[in-house]
Amino acid sequence: MLRPIKFAAAALALALAGPLAAQDGEPQSGGTLNVVIQPEPPGLMIGLIQNGPTQMVAGDIYESLLRYDHDLTPNGQLATSWEISEDGKTYTFKLREGVKFHDGEDFTSEDVKFSMDVFLRESHSRMRTYMEHVESIDTPDDLTVVFNLKQPFGPFIGIFEPGTAPMIPKHIYEGTDFANNPANNTPIGTGPFKFDEWSRGSFIHLVKNDDYYMEGKPYVDDIYYHVIPDAASRAVAYETGKVDVLPGGSIENFDVPRVREMENTCITDKGWEYFGPLSWIWINNDNKPLDDVKVRQAMMHAIDRDFAKDALWNGLGKVATGPLSSSTRFWDGDTPDISYDPEKAKALLAESSYGGETIRLLGLPYGETWQRWAEAVKQNLTEIGMTVDIVPSDVAGWNQKVSDRDFDLAFTYLYQYGDPALGVSRTYMGDNAAPGSPWNNVANYQNAETDKMFDEAALMANPEDRKAAYKKIQDQIVSDVPNLWLLELGFPTIYRCNIKNPVNTAFGVNDGFRDVWIDQK
Amino acid sequence: MVRFILGRLVKAVFILLAILVFNFLLIHAAPGDPAAVMAGEAGAADEKFLADLRARFGLDQPLYVQLWIYIKGAVQLDLGYSFRQQMPVAELIGDRLPATLLLTGVAFILSLVLGVIAGVAASARQGSWGDTIISTLALLFYATPLFWVALMAALVFSVWLGWLPGFGYSTIGAGYTGMAHVLDVAKHLILPASTLGLFFMAIYMRMTRASMLEVSRLDFVKTARAKGLKRSVIQRRHILRNALLPVITLAGLQAGQIFGGAILTETVFAWPGIGRLMFEAINQRDYNVILGVFYISAAMVLLFNLITDVVYVIVDPRIRLTA
Repeated sequence: MLRPIKFAAAALALALAGPLAAQDGEPQSGGTLNVVIQPEPPGLMIGLIQNGPTQMVAGDIYESLLRYDHDLTPNGQLATSWEISEDGKTYTFKLREGVKFHDGEDFTSEDVKFSMDVFLRESHSRMRTYMEHVESIDTPDDLTVVFNLKQPFGPFIGIFEPGTAPMIPKHIYEGTDFANNPANNTPIGTGPFKFDEWSRGSFIHLVKNDDYYMEGKPYVDDIYYHVIPDAASRAVAYETGKVDVLPGGSIENFDVPRVREMENTCITDKGWEYFGPLSWIWINNDNKPLDDVKVRQAMMHAIDRDFAKDALWNGLGKVATGPLSSSTRFWDGDTPDISYDPEKAKALLAESSYGGETIRLLGLPYGETWQRWAEAVKQNLTEIGMTVDIVPSDVAGWNQKVSDRDFDLAFTYLYQYGDPALGVSRTYMGDNAAPGSPWNNVANYQNAETDKMFDEAALMANPEDRKAAYKKIQDQIVSDVPNLWLLELGFPTIYRCNIKNPVNTAFGVNDGFRDVWIDQK
Repeated sequence: MVRFILGRLVKAVFILLAILVFNFLLIHAAPGDPAAVMAGEAGAADEKFLADLRARFGLDQPLYVQLWIYIKGAVQLDLGYSFRQQMPVAELIGDRLPATLLLTGVAFILSLVLGVIAGVAASARQGSWGDTIISTLALLFYATPLFWVALMAALVFSVWLGWLPGFGYSTIGAGYTGMAHVLDVAKHLILPASTLGLFFMAIYMRMTRASMLEVSRLDFVKTARAKGLKRSVIQRRHILRNALLPVITLAGLQAGQIFGGAILTETVFAWPGIGRLMFEAINQRDYNVILGVFYISAAMVLLFNLITDVVYVIVDPRIRLTA
C-alpha cells in the first residue's frame, strides 16, 4: 500500500537541537577555518566540474534543494517541504522564501528549472542520465517546483545534493556558452560562503555570506583552503597549526595514528555514507583463465582483507560483503560466504582451469597505501600458488589501461551515491561494458538475469519491493564473483577538537561548513 | 661580443623549435589524455562528456594538426590554454615564474658563494681538521637525497623548534604589505632555498677545493711565491682566478639543472612555482602547460649558457668568443 510521503523539514531546529550542539554549548561566531585541499581543483563551477576537491570548496558556495543525514534521510536545504505522489511519478517541492544569490538576485523556481532542465542536462554527465527519467518540470509559482517523471524512479529523491544538483543562477548563465562563461571564475550560488580570492598554487579564500537566509549562520568569518601538494607536508601543516581540518585522504594512512595522538585532536570516519567508497579489484572476465568462476572464487578466498584493514588502513573502514556498501540503501549483509580461507582457495584453484599463467595486477597510483596493498594481494595470491606481476603506472596511465581493458586484475574504488541504481548497477550491467571508460562495467560481467532485475528495481515505486529485488541481485553477483570486493573505505576527517560540527551529513566536509563554529575560549 | 651574442640567439631559436617538436611527440606518446584524467577525478562520465572535453581541447584533431597549431602559437609567444586550470598557459606561467626564479636564484647564489668560500677555506690548509670537517660535510650533503633533507629540515625547524614556516610562500591571510611582506617571504624562503642549495653547494665546494689545489701546484704560482708576494694575494689573484674557470662552467650547466631540483623542493614545501606546476601538469596530462614549462625552462637554460660564456671572458680575457 503506497501513501504520499510528506516531510515537514525544519532544518534550523534540527541542526540546533542535534546532540553535538547540545553537548558542546552555545555556538560562537567568528574565527577563520583553515582546511587542506588536495589536489588543487581545476575550477569551482560545480555545474561543470565534479571532481572531489571542486565539490569540497563548491559545497560552501552552492546549495541544492535537500541535504541528507548519515542514514541518507532527506532534510530541507533550499526546499522546505516536498511531496511524492502515490504513483511515484510527481515530485513537488516548496522552496524557502527570501533566498538570494550572492549577487543579490532572488532565488526562484525558475532557477531550479533552469539548473536541472537546461544547465545540468548539458554539462553534468551523471545528472544527464538521471534526468532521462524526467518528462517535464513545472513552476506554478516562484516557490513551487514540480517534477513530472516518465515512470517511477526510486533513487530520484536522493539526487538533490550540491554535488549532483547544484542550483545555478539562471540570470547569469541563460543563453551563454556555459563552459566559457567568465562568471565561472567568480562562482555565484546561494550558499553560506562567498568566493573571495584564489591564489593558484597557494590558497582559495571564501568569506561569510552576511545575507545568508539562516539567522546567525554561518558562524565562522572566512575559510582558507590551503593547497599543499605533498602528503607529508600536509601532516606538518596540521602539526604546526597552520591548518585545522584534514579532510579524508589528506595525509598518508601511516601518518594517521601519529597525528590523531596529538593533543586537542578529534577524528571521525563519518560523512562518507552517501559516497559509500567501496574498493575492489576489477577482474578482466574476458581473459583466460579469469573467465573461470572457480579461479575467481579462489582469488576471493585468498585475499586477507582483515589484514589490509588493520595493517594498511589503521582499522578504519569495513570488510566488504559484496557489490554494495553497507551505507547504501538496500544493502544486505547476508550474502554468500567470501571470507578469507586460503585452504578453500587452494582447493578451488586446484579444481579450476588455472595452469600457472602470470596474472598482471594493476595497482592504484594514489600513494603508498595502495602500493602496499597491491603487494599484500600479490603475496596472498602467491601463497595459493598463483603467479602475479604488479604493473606500475601513474594516474593517467591507469585511466587509460583500465579504459582499454589492458590488465588482468586492477585496483579501484568507486562511489555509490546512496542508491544501487545510481552508483552500483553501472558496474554490473551487461550493456554498460564497452571499453572507453574506467568506471562502467570494466570487468565485462554478463548476466542477463541480473541486468533485468537491475532494470526493474530502479523503476519500482515501493521501497520494500526494491529491497527484495536488490537482495536477489546481491546474492547472484556475489556467487559469480565478477570482481574481488575489498573494503568499504574509511576516510578519516581529522580536526582540532575546538572546531565544532565539521561533519554533519552523509556528505561530510563536502556539504559545506554552514554549521561549523570555533570554540575560542 | 655583440655579434657573438646575436649569433647564439639565432641558434637558440632553432634549438628551441627542435625541443618543442620533440617534447610534443614525447608527451603525446605517454598513455592517457587530459579528458580521461579529468573524468577520472570526477569518478564518472559518459561518452558525450568525454567527447565534449576532447573537442574543446582539440584532442579530436590528428596529431600533426595539433602540433602545427601549437607551433604556430608558440612562435607568436602564445602558449595555448590550460585544459585543467582553465587559464591561458602564459598567464599561468607568468604567475608562477617569479616564485621559482626567487627560489632558484637565491639557492643558486647561496650555494655558489658559500660553496666557493668553503672550497677556498678547505684548500688553504689541506689535510687540517678544518679541511676534514668541510670535506666530510660536503660529501654528506652530496650523498643525501633532496627529499629527505627537505622533510628533515621541515621536521626539525618547523615542527620541533617552530622557528621557520614549513611550507608556503607567505603567511596566508596575514595581509602583510611592504617590508613586513618581504620579511615574511624571506622567512618562508629559508628552508626551501637552503634545501635546494645544499646539494649544489657541496658540488661547488668540492670542485673549488680540487681546482685550487691543482692550480696551486702550477709553475706560475711557484714564481709568484718566489717573488715574495703575500700569501693572500697569491690565493686571491693567482690561484682563485684560474681555479674558478671550471667552477663557472659547472655553475652554468647547473643553473639549468637547478630547475629540476626545484620540482621536488617546490612540491615538498608547497612553493607556488613552475616546477610544481609542471609536476602536476604531467600527472594530469595537461599538454599545453607541460610544453609551456619545457619551453620556458629550455629558454632559460640557453640563456644561462650564454651568460656563462660571457662571464668566462670577463674572468679570463685570454678566452676568445666564437659563435
